[in-house]
Amino acid sequence: MSLTASDVKKISHLARLAIDEADVEPYANNLSNILGLVEQMDAADVADIEPMANPQDAMQRLRDDVVTEVDQREKFQAIAPNTEAGLYLVPKVLE
Amino acid sequence: MHNKSLTELAAGLRAGEFTSVELTQHFLDRIEKYDDSLNSFITVTPEIALAQAAEADAQIAAGTAGPLTGIPMALKDIFCTDGVKTSCASKMLDNFIAPYNATVVEKLKAAGMPMLGKTNMDEFAMGSSNESSYYGAVKNPWDTDRVPGGSSGGSAAAVAARLVPMATGTDTGGSIRQPASLTGITGIKPTYGRVSRFGMIAYASSLDQGGVFARDAADCALVLGAMAGFDEKDSTSSEREVEDYAAGLDQSLQGLRIGVPAEYFGEGLDDGVAASIKSALDKYKELGAEIVEIELPNTGLAIPSYYVIAPAECSANLSRLDGVRYGHRCEDPVDLEDMYKRSRAEGFGSEVKRRIMVGTYALSAGYYDAYYLKAQKIRRKIKGDFDQAFENVDVIMGPVSPTTAFKLGEKSDDPVSMYLSDIYTLAVNLAGLPAISVPVEPSEGLPVGLQIIGNYFDESRLLNVAHQFQQATDWHKQSPEGFGG
Repeated sequence: MSLTASDVKKISHLARLAIDEADVEPYANNLSNILGLVEQMDAADVADIEPMANPQDAMQRLRDDVVTEVDQREKFQAIAPNTEAGLYLVPKVLE
Repeated sequence: MHNKSLTELAAGLRAGEFTSVELTQHFLDRIEKYDDSLNSFITVTPEIALAQAAEADAQIAAGTAGPLTGIPMALKDIFCTDGVKTSCASKMLDNFIAPYNATVVEKLKAAGMPMLGKTNMDEFAMGSSNESSYYGAVKNPWDTDRVPGGSSGGSAAAVAARLVPMATGTDTGGSIRQPASLTGITGIKPTYGRVSRFGMIAYASSLDQGGVFARDAADCALVLGAMAGFDEKDSTSSEREVEDYAAGLDQSLQGLRIGVPAEYFGEGLDDGVAASIKSALDKYKELGAEIVEIELPNTGLAIPSYYVIAPAECSANLSRLDGVRYGHRCEDPVDLEDMYKRSRAEGFGSEVKRRIMVGTYALSAGYYDAYYLKAQKIRRKIKGDFDQAFENVDVIMGPVSPTTAFKLGEKSDDPVSMYLSDIYTLAVNLAGLPAISVPVEPSEGLPVGLQIIGNYFDESRLLNVAHQFQQATDWHKQSPEGFGG
């Protein structure tokens, strides 16, 4: 599997990672090498095998549908980049 | 004091030979004196440590102390600590003061262990050399031109140099066992679900598991007993009772069946490492164990499937780091997308970005079945190999790492060659099994670790098997020169 420069740009956009033009080619090489390693999976016969997400095939435990969190807004927002009146501020989304 | 086991330290505290404040100060002094050459800590917390030590001394005086009360510890900087910087060794979280404690932190606090600080690691636990840290590489105390392994390299180096009696680690693909192996200490990765993941910053959620670094298996048993157990805050936490790990240590190994997989002794394994592992297996025969040749035929598929599953899960987990609520935000973003993209580009290092991109690609439309789903199917085949082997053997043994500690910089420009060094550890995480690294005879002056893999929730037997070896050998008592004996 060989990724092109335009593949790398598309992936970096999907991942919301800005990427310098000069880094596109090195990333294309690195990622292609990693995907080359991953291609060794092709040798495996996985017909009729169920995918495994948990070693014990455990399901997510459910809890009672009640409020357990306490309000810690001030504590949480103390480490935020930018807040105002209890809200997180980001650049304007709508003009 | 720094060469004593946890049991010896606990006895010294009880007998009044030294106080917890004195013991804690002793280790703080050692960190101050020696850590410049290792870089094993990101944050040292002397005020917290000494305050907790004073509380521990009061408990010891009052007779309310537990077996670990007053013994200092360090935490990999992936465990959230309320009010203390929790960076995951990333610029992204360089300014992150965690607003709560991980369950592991709460448990060790409740056990009365003063926190000396937070240890260095590969950024977001992604790496096998501890060179991807935003705070610089950690050095191996046995040879400071070499890596300590990763990702929990700081915890391993600190315990190996006796800067702390024990430290926590996490293991997603070998990040406890490999650094333990490369630094000559004992490190246990429990069964997936045994130790709570709550407050442990997620890398690959279906593989991540917290565990312990200490000098020997008996010390690991004490701490794991305090760390393990059901946690309703972790939806994958096991409800199974925690065994008394210390109680099982002294069982004889007579008749123990040890599976030795041919696949763990093939091409790529260093001759010196192979010789050390074989001599350890001979010691086990002397102790009454039987060696059984086994096959784990899907071992070769562990690397490719891991490097789909782990990046895929990391790309999802790390999407939360977007510069909005906490962590790094870029200067003067022109719009929301620019803020996301530049904050993430500036905050993450190159290995983290590579894995995010591999994972994003593997999960993108049209590729999910070919990559993630296929890797999950292979995962079941790998688990099947182990299930079959454990029908006939009690434990499985082999090397942790194909080589001893490599030189700093040797593999840092070539991600794929770094990934290949994880060949013997990844399958254990994919299957969710417990495993321990135990120091055996060094090769050319550098530590070698024997990997012992157990069946699900068989930590007690793993610790017993490791402990019996350590009763008959003293490799675990060796410590690197240059750190004040």
